[in-house]
Parts: sequence; C-alpha cells; structure tokens
Amino acid sequence: MPTLTSRAKQVDRRPMSLAEKLYLPAIFKGMAITMIHVFKKKATINYPEQKRPFSPVFRGLHILNRDEEGRERCTACGLCAVACPAEAITMEGAERQPGEEHLYREEKYAAKYEINMLRCIFCGLCEEACPKDAIYLSETFAPSNFNRASFIYGKEELRIPHPKEDPEGYKKALGNRAKK
Amino acid sequence: MLLAIDWLLIIEKFILIVVVVLVALGIAMYSTWAERKVAAVMQDRRGPNRAGPFGLFQPLADGLKLFFKEEIIPNTSNKFLFVLGPMLAMMTAMLTSAVIPWGGKFEIAGRTIDLQIADVNIGILFVFGVVSLGVYGIMIGGWASNNKFSLMAALRAASQMISYELAMGISIIALMFITGSLRLSVIVEQQMNHTWNIIYQPIGFLVFFICALAECNRTPFDLAEAENELNFGYHQEYSSMKLGFYLFAEYINMFISGVIMSTLFFGGYDIPFINEAAYGNVWWITLLGVGALFTKAIIFVLIFMWIRWTIPRFRYDQLMNLGWKALLPLALVNMLITAAVVLWLNK
Repeated sequence: MPTLTSRAKQVDRRPMSLAEKLYLPAIFKGMAITMIHVFKKKATINYPEQKRPFSPVFRGLHILNRDEEGRERCTACGLCAVACPAEAITMEGAERQPGEEHLYREEKYAAKYEINMLRCIFCGLCEEACPKDAIYLSETFAPSNFNRASFIYGKEELRIPHPKEDPEGYKKALGNRAKK
Repeated sequence: MLLAIDWLLIIEKFILIVVVVLVALGIAMYSTWAERKVAAVMQDRRGPNRAGPFGLFQPLADGLKLFFKEEIIPNTSNKFLFVLGPMLAMMTAMLTSAVIPWGGKFEIAGRTIDLQIADVNIGILFVFGVVSLGVYGIMIGGWASNNKFSLMAALRAASQMISYELAMGISIIALMFITGSLRLSVIVEQQMNHTWNIIYQPIGFLVFFICALAECNRTPFDLAEAENELNFGYHQEYSSMKLGFYLFAEYINMFISGVIMSTLFFGGYDIPFINEAAYGNVWWITLLGVGALFTKAIIFVLIFMWIRWTIPRFRYDQLMNLGWKALLPLALVNMLITAAVVLWLNK
C-alpha cells in the first residue's frame, strides 16, 4: 500500500513471538533500565540549600539603589513610571529639607515609591529609563504571599541596605547587575 | 486438670503477639517511605528528604495527616459495612503473621520460648484461608461505598483474587509433595538441614511470586486501584484513617507475603552458609536468624517496589489470560512433574 506521507511508519502487526508472550525477558530488560537509573545523577537540586545559578541577564525583584555614602539616588522624576508598560510603578516626589543631605543625594526625592509586583512583568524597562541608576532588577524572586496588598512593595521593601551600616547586605543586594 | 492454665505461656504469647503486630505496623509505615524513595531514585528524583534525616519522619507526618483529616461516611453508603471493610482488611493482613515461624528458640531460665505464635499443623492452609478472606475487606468496602467505580474495583479485585489463588494453591501443592508437611516450622527446619526449596521448585516459586503480586494488588496487577480508569479504586469514598487502614493493610500484606515466600522457598530464618545447629539455642544466633528472615522479606518488598516502578499495568483481558491460560497450566504441569519425580524417587 502506498503511504500518504513520507513520515508514515509501518506498524508491526505480526503475532507476538514466544519470548514476547512470556513477558519475562521484556520485564527483566525494563527492570535493568530502572536499576541503572537508581545510580544516575539526580536531576533535582535541593532548592533552599542549593540554588540554581542565575544567568547574567536574569531580572528579578527591583532594588532602589543608594550611592556609596548611603544616600538615595532616586529623584522621583517619574521616567520609570512612564516607561513601565504594565503601569506597575507609582511615586510621589518631595523636596529635600535642609539637614537631610545625608539621606537624599539630590534636592528632590521620592517620598513614596511603590511597585505592584502582581502587575510588574519584570521587563527591566524602568532600569533602562532611569537616568540616575536608582533602580535596577536584582537576582531574587518575589516571594509568595497570602493577599494582594502584600504584593505592593513600598520603599521599605525596595531600598537597598545601607552600605555603611550593613555593608554585607548592601553587597549581597547589589549583586552583579547594578552599574558600579 | 483442665484448669491448670500455663500462665507463663499466655504471657509469653501475648508479648510475642504485641511485638509482631508492632513490628509489622512499623515495617508497613516505613514501606510507604521506601516506596516513595524507590520511586524517586528510579525516576532520577530525590524523594522525601525534608522531614528528618533522609525524610525518615515522613511516615509519621503522613500518619498524622491522615488522623487529622475529616472522617466522611457517605449518606448513601451502608454504614455498618462501610466501617467493617477497612477493619476486615487490616485484620486479615495481621492474622497471617500468627502462624509464621519468626525465628528459632530462645531459652530463658530453663524455659524454651518458641518464636512462633501458633505452631498449627495446617500452617500454610491457614495462611491461604486468611489471605482469601482478605478480599472480603476490599469487596465489602467497595460495595458499601455505593459508588460505581468502587463497585467495579471490588469486582475486579474479587475475580483477580479467585483466578490467581488457584495457580498459587497448586504451586504450593507441588511444594507440599517435597516437604510432606503443611506445618511451617517443619518446612523451615527441613530447609535448614537440607537445601532451600527454591532449588527444587524454581517454577513453583515463579508462579507463587507472580500470584503473590496479584494477591497483594501490586502493579502490574493493581487493577483494583487503577487510578486512570476507576479514579481511585475500591477505597474511593474512604477518608481519614479508614483510608489509611486500607493503604496500611496493603503494605502489611506485601511484607507478610515476602515473609511467606522466604519461609516457603528461601529457608525462613535460616542464615545462609552457616550451620545453626552447631551453636545450639544460643540467643544471639536466634536473633541473627530473625534478622535473616526480615532481611529476606524486606528484599522481597523492595523487589515488589522495583517491579511496580518498572512495568505498567496489565489490561483486564491480559490479566485473565495470564492467570487462566498461562499460570494455571504451568502450575499444573509443575505439580504433575514434581509428583512423578517424588513417586519415582520414593520407590
């Protein structure tokens, strides 16, 4: 019979041979295969103890950056919010008062800065839009949570640890992705 | 002197029963852990490894979970039978352990203690009787659930048990020709003095092993709990510890059938390559014997698991064909040949 396509495969419909009817040879073959797999390397990694290395372009949770002296870089210009295709970012600017120079790098700062992690698509456009290197995407996941409100991250959650008070945490949060 | 009850004997047997029941339960518990571990390593996974070292507390967590689950008895079910089902399954699973010789003899303060609860002269027949009662637990549970799937599963389990018990019984008859006794302790002692029965009865063992898989409802004969055809099988309507009882009974059955296979074909508590009789009734050699029996049984349980995670389930017609057209004739031929050889040798 001519086949309809070049990929057609003829099915073997011969009656089973004695060895096949006995089942046992095939069963032993199968058991040998499973036994080999016992000694193979496991594909699973022990997650919390052992982490899969991220690729250098991995985009995770956002971080609000500080400069070397621990002053916040963000000036609440709103470029990230404009760039955001998911409209996940909202902010409110405020003017720096005299005596707050050690807190904020420039005259204007973000009094409120919120990212809705349920809306965010982690595209990294905010990072690209920022003229002050104030926001970048780190190498961590957004952890799971029980209610929607907890997914709106404010400044408290986003800010990088202080480089002088907590240099270890600062270094860890900085990771490999922030522009140095 | 009918009233002269040997109290020490009663206490001794009571302690033995408690120990056997506890050990069987413990082994069933850890069989669930082993099953998951075996499945995992055969599929290149890791298996339970969070609760305790190597996940060893996992069975405790599972048991606790089952206890805390809501207990549901369906409105349309027959309540009495619904509760009776898992009880029967559990009871029959435990009952067989009564006639198994778990080890040799202990001597404590001049008193010889037999590590067998009841040395019945029809031991293997008793095992058969109890094992075939086991299907009532499944049938009653499946029928009382008043669920079509459960009923189908119960029907399958019943017909499967009947089909495979025939071949199993006949393979045992061939063994009886050689041993000449139904008493399990005698069978073991013969094997300790001579060679193991597997040498004389390899085909009988093969038939027995396959039938044991079928009797335990293990893959490839787990048609009674075929998830993808029957949702869950005969215990579909069960919840909480009643479900746990069914699952437990299955693992106890597996362990007990491993013990029976070691007793009948692999020398029971005989330690290979060592002549125990030379040491007499020393307590540590008896303990080693018990250890040997458990090792053999556990190896059988592991083989059961290995098979489960290797081959798929039989189709129902294949199951019936195998039982009636392959195993039964094979067992019959084996029996006839054994009988002829025994007759010829005895002449």
